[in-house]
Amino acid sequence: MNDLIRDSLDHCVKCTICETYCPVSQVTPLFPGPKYVGPQAERYRGAGPSADSSVDYCSGCGICTQVCPQDVKIAEINSRARAKLWEKRGVPLRNQMIARPTVIGRLGTPVAPLANWALHNRAVRGLVQSLVGIHRDAPMPSFAGRTFQSRARRHHGPAGAPAVVYFHGCGTNYYEPLVGEMVVAVLEHNGFRVIVPPQDCCGLPLQSNGNFPAARTYVRRLVDRLAPHARAGLPIVSNSTSCGLMLKREAHEILGIEDADLKVVSESMYDLCEFLLRLHDRGELRTDFTSLPMTVPYHAPCQQRGHGIGKPALDLLALVPDLHMIELDVDCCGIAGTYGLKKEKYQISMAVGERLFKDITATGSDLAACDSETCRWQITHGTGVKSVHPIELLYRAYGLDRRARAGSVSLESQTARVSG
Amino acid sequence: MAAQNPSLSSLEADVLVIGGGSTGVGVARDAALRGFSTILVERRDLADGTTGRFHGLLHSGGRYAVKDPSAARECIAENRILRVTAADCVEDTGGLFVSTPWDDPEYGDQFLEGCRATGVPAEEIPVAEALRREPRVNPDIRRAFLVPDAALDPWKLVWGCARSAEEHGARILPYHRVLDLEVDGDRVVGAHVRSERSGEEFRIHATVVINAAGAWAGQIAELAHCAVNVRAGMGLMIAMNHRLVHMCVNRCKRPADGDILLPLRTACVIGTTDVFVPDPDQTEIRQDDIDLLLDEGEKLVPGFRQARALHAWAGVRPLFEDTAKVADTRDVTRSHALLDHSSREGIAGFLTITGGKTTTFRLMAEAAVDAACEQLGGPRPCTTAEVPLAGSESHTLYQISHRLAAREPVPQSEEIICECELITRSRLEDTIKQRDTTSLDDIRRLLRLAMGPCQGGFCIYRAAGILHQGGQVDHAGANQTLLDFLEERWKGVHPILHGDQLRQARLDDWIFQGILDVEHLPV
Ligand SMILES: Cc1cc2nc3c(=O)[nH]c(=O)nc-3n(C[C@H](O)[C@H](O)[C@H](O)COP(=O)(O)OP(=O)(O)OC[C@H]3O[C@@H](n4cnc5c(N)ncnc54)[C@H](O)[C@@H]3O)c2cc1C
Ligand code: SF4
Ligand code: SF4
Ligand code: SF4
Repeated sequence: MNDLIRDSLDHCVKCTICETYCPVSQVTPLFPGPKYVGPQAERYRGAGPSADSSVDYCSGCGICTQVCPQDVKIAEINSRARAKLWEKRGVPLRNQMIARPTVIGRLGTPVAPLANWALHNRAVRGLVQSLVGIHRDAPMPSFAGRTFQSRARRHHGPAGAPAVVYFHGCGTNYYEPLVGEMVVAVLEHNGFRVIVPPQDCCGLPLQSNGNFPAARTYVRRLVDRLAPHARAGLPIVSNSTSCGLMLKREAHEILGIEDADLKVVSESMYDLCEFLLRLHDRGELRTDFTSLPMTVPYHAPCQQRGHGIGKPALDLLALVPDLHMIELDVDCCGIAGTYGLKKEKYQISMAVGERLFKDITATGSDLAACDSETCRWQITHGTGVKSVHPIELLYRAYGLDRRARAGSVSLESQTARVSG
Repeated sequence: MAAQNPSLSSLEADVLVIGGGSTGVGVARDAALRGFSTILVERRDLADGTTGRFHGLLHSGGRYAVKDPSAARECIAENRILRVTAADCVEDTGGLFVSTPWDDPEYGDQFLEGCRATGVPAEEIPVAEALRREPRVNPDIRRAFLVPDAALDPWKLVWGCARSAEEHGARILPYHRVLDLEVDGDRVVGAHVRSERSGEEFRIHATVVINAAGAWAGQIAELAHCAVNVRAGMGLMIAMNHRLVHMCVNRCKRPADGDILLPLRTACVIGTTDVFVPDPDQTEIRQDDIDLLLDEGEKLVPGFRQARALHAWAGVRPLFEDTAKVADTRDVTRSHALLDHSSREGIAGFLTITGGKTTTFRLMAEAAVDAACEQLGGPRPCTTAEVPLAGSESHTLYQISHRLAAREPVPQSEEIICECELITRSRLEDTIKQRDTTSLDDIRRLLRLAMGPCQGGFCIYRAAGILHQGGQVDHAGANQTLLDFLEERWKGVHPILHGDQLRQARLDDWIFQGILDVEHLPV
């Protein structure tokens, strides 16, 4: 199976289209570009590890694969080359750490005030940069203090309604539990009972940091949790673009996992907005939206291309009266998961995001929307503009925020406070 | 290199070597190391004969262990020597012999026994282990054996020998054709040579003339009215775009067509066939042979036909035959033949060394120069088993990742001219200067320019421009070498065009015809 990735290099006709799209090679001479590190360099990779550490500068955004007219799996080739590189050298401590959001989340959550203070303290961040290699200015979300899991455990949805399974990912669990609550509220508003199985990281950060064996362990564990529901025919939704993609495709295509459980989970996975838009297509989405007279710039995360679903958020938000979304025409915000956190890559990541930041600032809006959590944190970091998941706009348009305010949930800060 | 024309109307040497393949440069180097003044002439470029068109296997001897034990012994001995003295030309890929469903698994026992008897290290490994090492190999193989086969780069080998010979005072003259031999009574005393570049003709006088003209050795011998019966056995090979296997994978059976798939630099090569051809300069690629190789490839690696084929070419084996009437050229011995024409025909000062293999070129050279010593005043010791070739002094074996690694410290800092083969502008410019050549094909053999997937589609006109910029050629010359190159490439690409390579050829064609209008270049 894995050979299909390498075999795809045979299709390359050297047209250079991928080169013209790669956001990283455009801003740094340290990265030789997708054609070079992908189909070209792969021919020089034998049974042993790769000799080119420059492939580590690929952010894994996946744009090259998407634009290649010949269907060369460029980003996937790079991803595997990185893994082989680290297999030889050993994954550095820093990458091991940032690749384990569950561990960090578990450590930070009980001591959230202290941890958040540290995350925002210049001196501590300076120390962390020199000791660990996480850039002092990189956007790090604040711990919410209480996990979404613990909140969901006490929540009881409408009995007897059709069920949907919610895979929330680590971002929602540790940093943005309120996004998770909004997801649940919107789904319940549409008549679903939301099942939130206990769940850990999907392993994506481990994969993008080149630790394939550990990534496989994580994704298998998660799949074990989700598979019984998938087998029961229930759809699984995720509001995390990249984690959803991990289960939909990457665990199989990049990590090379072949198993029936993963297959059934993949087939049941929906991106949240994709799921809602499908409901709408079937005439099953409630459209009792109230007016939201706002103009909001929208950035589609690059990972969303891998889903092959277009930009469902824009179609959904077009249903909301008086809401005007501005579709931004920039491919990448630069963060690419944990890429932009790294000391040696922070500047690159900010340079990649620069055009996006400019375009957002130019709209004059004080709010932006984007599906992926790390991209939202990067946008806020780069522009000072608060950015939200599209679900939050739907949530407001359904009037669920007013209802919530009347009830118990407070919604002062729906997104994680971003440090750096 | 010393390709400049000798301005004298005649040259003198102890030894004149005819032929610039592995055998010829091996002889020239050996003679130079023993202190003889030596001149080598080659009608085209070095390694432009069979050596530059061979399959690429540094034999462990496994292939000959059953059928030709003495060849097997020679191979393993030379294999061990070349790993040290020609390290830069050798990649230690390892070799794997497998019994596919089309092969008799019992042959494996004969094979092991043959290897044991000839001293070729061979070890049977479980099929699962073989498949772990080579995941693409046919999962239905029934037996698998490890042997110390390796991949051998012919151009590095030949140029490494040539440079080493020059360092010891030899003159290496590519593009110099022997038109005639000078015979004085019962002695060959030299040759009449023409420079193919300048057209100038001159004489080279030598005490001993060594005919190392491979499949052309018969033609050379005839010039002194000696009979050397070399038959030309044409063999076809196809290079695939990337390594489908990382080891040299052989079918475990009696040697036959299309039974070896080996990794050679970034590509992997399936081969070969064996068809007698009357004229070694006439090698035509037949579609049937292409199909045969692709089918055999499919048996070794299922899905082979879907993989991208880059290029096909043919080489001609020099097969020496002392007794006539042999039907299958493969039954002619692969061991070399050293012919001393003084004992055969009573012609002194003239030796022919032919047959053999590139793997055993050093041994062949040693035998030839030993024989030459007898006519040059007595034995002198051979040192080629110890002294490393130029470029191999550090004894570092070649690795596939070398070019990638070399580029690493300076990514993007310098323009890459040939993207597939990762050749930078300065590397190209230096090579052009050093070689003092006007031909893109010469550069190709030194650097592998334009040998990657696009087969020159994106680099060859850049290289032509650089050749012109460096003053090596005028505009007409640059156009001419570009056209020659394209014509030559096309010959190799055209027989295998399908799938991905066809798409590439279309794109290349748009560039060459649509943008450059190559058919109307002024030359
Ligand atoms: C298809 C094939 C696959 C092979 N695979 C392998 C393998 O995997 N491993 C291995 O060890 N061996 C292999 N061999 C065998 C090996 O390639 C040859 O034995 C070896 O290259 C012969 O070298 P050579 O120098 O004797 O001949 P050549 O390389 O042919 O050199 C002879 C030279 O003489 C020159 N010449 C001819 N006429 C004149 C003239 N009038 N004046 C000046 N010069 C002249 C020619 O241009 C030529 O360059 C293979 C051979 C073939 C055909
Ligand atoms: S876009 Fe695809 S075909 Fe074109 S150069 Fe890149 S990998 Fe090759
Ligand atoms: S994945 Fe993104 S960063 Fe990496 S090569 Fe492709 S386009 Fe460039
Ligand atoms: S990738 Fe998703 S589930 Fe995985 S670490 Fe992210 S947030 Fe966690």
